[in-house]
Amino acid sequence: MMAANTNDAKTGAPPAGETVDYVTVSLGEEMFGLPIDRVHDVFIATNLTDVPLAPPEIKGLLNLRGRVVTAICLRRRLGLPDRVSEGRNMAVGLEHGGEAYGLLVDQVGEVMKLSADTYGPNPVHMDARWRGVSRGVHRLDGRLLIVLDVDAVLAFGDERAAVNAA
Amino acid sequence: MDDLLREFLTETGEHLDTVDLELVRFEQDPNNQTILRNIFRLVHTIKGTCGFLGLPRLEALAHAAETLMGKFRDGMTVTSEAVTLILQTLDRIKVIVAELERTAAEPAGADEDLIGALERMSEGEIAAAPPPPPAPPPMATGSLVPQVLERALKPGEVSLDDLERAFRDTPGPAAPALTTGSLVPQVLERALKPGEVTLDDLERAFRDTPGPAAAPPAPAPAAAKAAPEPRAEAPASEGESVAVSKVQTIRVNVDTLEHLMTMVSELVLTRNQLLEIARHHEDNSYKVPLQRLSNVTAELQEGVMKTRMQPIGSAWQKLPRVVRDLSSELGKKIDLVMQGAETELDRQVLEVIKDPLTHMVRNSADHGIESGPERKAAGKPEKGTIRLNAFHEGGTITIEIADDGKGLDLATIRRKAVERGIASEAEVERMSDAQVAKFIFHAGFSTAKAITSVSGRGVGMDVVKTNIELIGGTVDIRTQLGQGTTFTIKIPLTLAIVAALIVSARDHRFAIPQVSVLELVRVQPGSDHTVERINGSPVLRLRDRLLPIVPIAGMLGLDKDPSTASTDEGFVVVSQVGRQRFGILVDGVFHTEEIVVKPMSSKLRHIPLFSGNTILGDGAVVLIVDPNGVARMVGSGAATGQPGEADAETEEASGDQTVTLLVFKGGGHALKAVPLSLVTRLEEVDAAKIEWVGGRPLIQYRGRLMPLVPVDPDQVLKREGSQALVVFSDGERSMGLAVDEIVDIVDDVLDVELAADRSDLIGSAVVRGRATEIVNIAHYLPLAHDDWARAPRRKEHKVPQLLLVDDSAFFREMLTPVLKAAGYRVTAAASAEEALGLLLGETAIDVVVSDLDMPGRSGFDLVEAMRRASPRIAQVPVIALAASTAPEAIERARALGIADFVAKFDRSGLVAALNEVTASALDVAA
Repeated sequence: MMAANTNDAKTGAPPAGETVDYVTVSLGEEMFGLPIDRVHDVFIATNLTDVPLAPPEIKGLLNLRGRVVTAICLRRRLGLPDRVSEGRNMAVGLEHGGEAYGLLVDQVGEVMKLSADTYGPNPVHMDARWRGVSRGVHRLDGRLLIVLDVDAVLAFGDERAAVNAA
Repeated sequence: MDDLLREFLTETGEHLDTVDLELVRFEQDPNNQTILRNIFRLVHTIKGTCGFLGLPRLEALAHAAETLMGKFRDGMTVTSEAVTLILQTLDRIKVIVAELERTAAEPAGADEDLIGALERMSEGEIAAAPPPPPAPPPMATGSLVPQVLERALKPGEVSLDDLERAFRDTPGPAAPALTTGSLVPQVLERALKPGEVTLDDLERAFRDTPGPAAAPPAPAPAAAKAAPEPRAEAPASEGESVAVSKVQTIRVNVDTLEHLMTMVSELVLTRNQLLEIARHHEDNSYKVPLQRLSNVTAELQEGVMKTRMQPIGSAWQKLPRVVRDLSSELGKKIDLVMQGAETELDRQVLEVIKDPLTHMVRNSADHGIESGPERKAAGKPEKGTIRLNAFHEGGTITIEIADDGKGLDLATIRRKAVERGIASEAEVERMSDAQVAKFIFHAGFSTAKAITSVSGRGVGMDVVKTNIELIGGTVDIRTQLGQGTTFTIKIPLTLAIVAALIVSARDHRFAIPQVSVLELVRVQPGSDHTVERINGSPVLRLRDRLLPIVPIAGMLGLDKDPSTASTDEGFVVVSQVGRQRFGILVDGVFHTEEIVVKPMSSKLRHIPLFSGNTILGDGAVVLIVDPNGVARMVGSGAATGQPGEADAETEEASGDQTVTLLVFKGGGHALKAVPLSLVTRLEEVDAAKIEWVGGRPLIQYRGRLMPLVPVDPDQVLKREGSQALVVFSDGERSMGLAVDEIVDIVDDVLDVELAADRSDLIGSAVVRGRATEIVNIAHYLPLAHDDWARAPRRKEHKVPQLLLVDDSAFFREMLTPVLKAAGYRVTAAASAEEALGLLLGETAIDVVVSDLDMPGRSGFDLVEAMRRASPRIAQVPVIALAASTAPEAIERARALGIADFVAKFDRSGLVAALNEVTASALDVAA
């Protein structure tokens, strides 16, 4: 529990008793939760413009109501293989540093109200890449929901940019 | 910070700028009541608001300044000193306001010094009210008021004392009536310094003293009498006081405007989509309202754009003050003429160019304009002029900053560029004046002899250039020694909306900003304009120049399979960035579109090839190609994986000697060349006489069999007609290089621009304005005689180790195979230093062949150093190569014990000399 506490303090997870609303998304069988206050909208990503020389996580740019949105593939971000069957590109609209991002996922599910009772820290043997973007895990009936840290998910490529600039 | 204070700050900031400007105008035209009234009103407003907001420090300062200006309004003589004092007060107010903006509180501090000075100045007149003394001594020595000047007086300056005396002596009320005209022509050769008094004022003081002093009337009526007069002229000058005119304005937050802009962009896109849909529908009922929507949208777009525009004059506002201060600081007389201040441009652009402009004007005043006496000596009017001019030109705004000063000293710049290692001497010599002038944009490049406080502080023109280029602008310099310098800045009207060329590459579309596009050239194999290859690097011949081509698809890695990539068809977008010209090869060109530039996502900003992105009319997002990024890629050669027009490459291979080249064609259309000195003969043989032995072509030539080698492996030797041969021979061996056609023999400076890593080519060069491949003969020799390169003629087992020293990469390349073919193991060195290093190294060198004319340490120096080094090295024989065989050089060579002296192109002479030298040397060794 000690570990969980420090984790809470670090990531700002809810104190016991309070509930947080999550927008759930899924990649294959895995389910993830994004804090609802960070999610602007959910949309279908179409007409993606490829960006040559871009980091692999960036699938392209798209026009969402006159705003240029950077589409980031959550699968690639988590080191998962690309989806085989190209269905609709569902995207969750996020805002980070004044810029608009679209997180491409397989599916967007319902909004869940979850209390801290079911919340626990990441298992220690979780893939480092996943651990870096996850705040913890909610134990639900029959499945687990991985809570994503939006800022961490979008914080990639900074080192790369720095290296390139140097 | 409360809203009231924020509003006050914004407003005061603007007022202060206006007052600055107006005061400088007022100083030049002290009788213009309109300007004075305007200044008075502004200062009064500041004072009033300060009192209201409870800002005592500001209020006291503004009050003191207002009082003094009130005196002016009531007719007190306007002196340069007084204006300076008020300007100083304004500066103090600005400091306080800045602090206020930062901390929302007035900083602590006292302004007694300024307020005191202001009060004394305003009291000057009151003090004059008492009956005047009979006649003032022109330059009295007594001290009337404590001296408050903080420095010693300079010759020609007048102390406050004298001024005070002049005031006292003047019968106050009478003075106003006289201030309306200039009494004597101003003959001071420079602007007045703080505390100085114009000749006018002095004259006035003198004249006024005896006359009206007899019966000084009551001050009040006189002042009243004086007042109506200027008022009468007020309407006439009303027109010029633009700042006073009451434009109905309302302050809008910039964010609001930005948001409005975004919404309008969105509206435009939606409208476009609707129009697209309507095109596919028969239903006409909504076409009319749609048309109307379309028009309204367009108008709205235009209107919103206009809200972002500001006249460039607002960036110039500070300049008159800057120039005034500078001219007094530097003791020069400078006129600042501003034209086209009403030219509008986007506020974002305006912000960026504000500082560069100020810097350039300062520069012109400091470095450009000469001092008064210098100007006189040069037969120019004493007063220098800096002319600012702004106007629209196409989609860009052009700003010119011209001075009639001394112009750039190009000779000095050339010298400095070499000194600072920015360019080599040879390069500098070849450069045009315009190119040389651009060196002043290099970091840390100041040609001012002395570093003044004004400019020459290290931050300079390089920052100016960077800032301007940042917003897609360019700077050009025109200069003429003794006549002046003109800087021309071209910047896009707005950053938000630029004209861009929409191009396609594979299935991508990109936008290229129109500003950097010079022209479009359609290229197609077999047409007039064909992309040619130099060792795989695409180039285009365009009006006698070789243009490096960057295929956009290759650069961006759009082709999954590079082997299928064809770059020979499409359009070349000829672009220029700074001095660099290059062509971007694209597949198709659509149209020019005004695009709304959106910044690149921070995740993608590290890609140097894109400057932003935009949404096109059809709703698609496209990336904007940054020509600066492309230029950098061309320069570094990263675009094609081949060394491009990299400067280092050119430098290394450059040598100013002209070389006689044999130009021929063979295998493909590319021109090939080889130094004529290597060629033994040119022959035209009957193709029917070519015999094939063992699958290899031979010909009977002068009683022997000579192997023929086609210059290109794919080349088919002719079966009939005549076959052109370039014959190379060495001793008894000969070889014929079969070529298609001998084109010419030319003398040209050989500048191998693109080094090849193909063994049959040394590289490519522009010969007589055409791209030419320089053939490496060493590649062909073994093809003709398997044993040629191995040189079995030597019976000795030991292969002599030869050190070849030549600064020219070309000659090293050229001679190495020749020497190898003659049976030496060759090590090459580019300089005497490198050669010495090799001589002292592990490998024992048997013979040295060295060029005598080298930059830095010459061949002679090398030999001298060798003789001083270890006995082993001192023994090594040296053969000298020289372009000229001057008797004194031969004499010196002999003195140094140089074994032989061979002219640089005498290949067989060199081989003979080597044979002789090494034979004897090896005999000795054996």
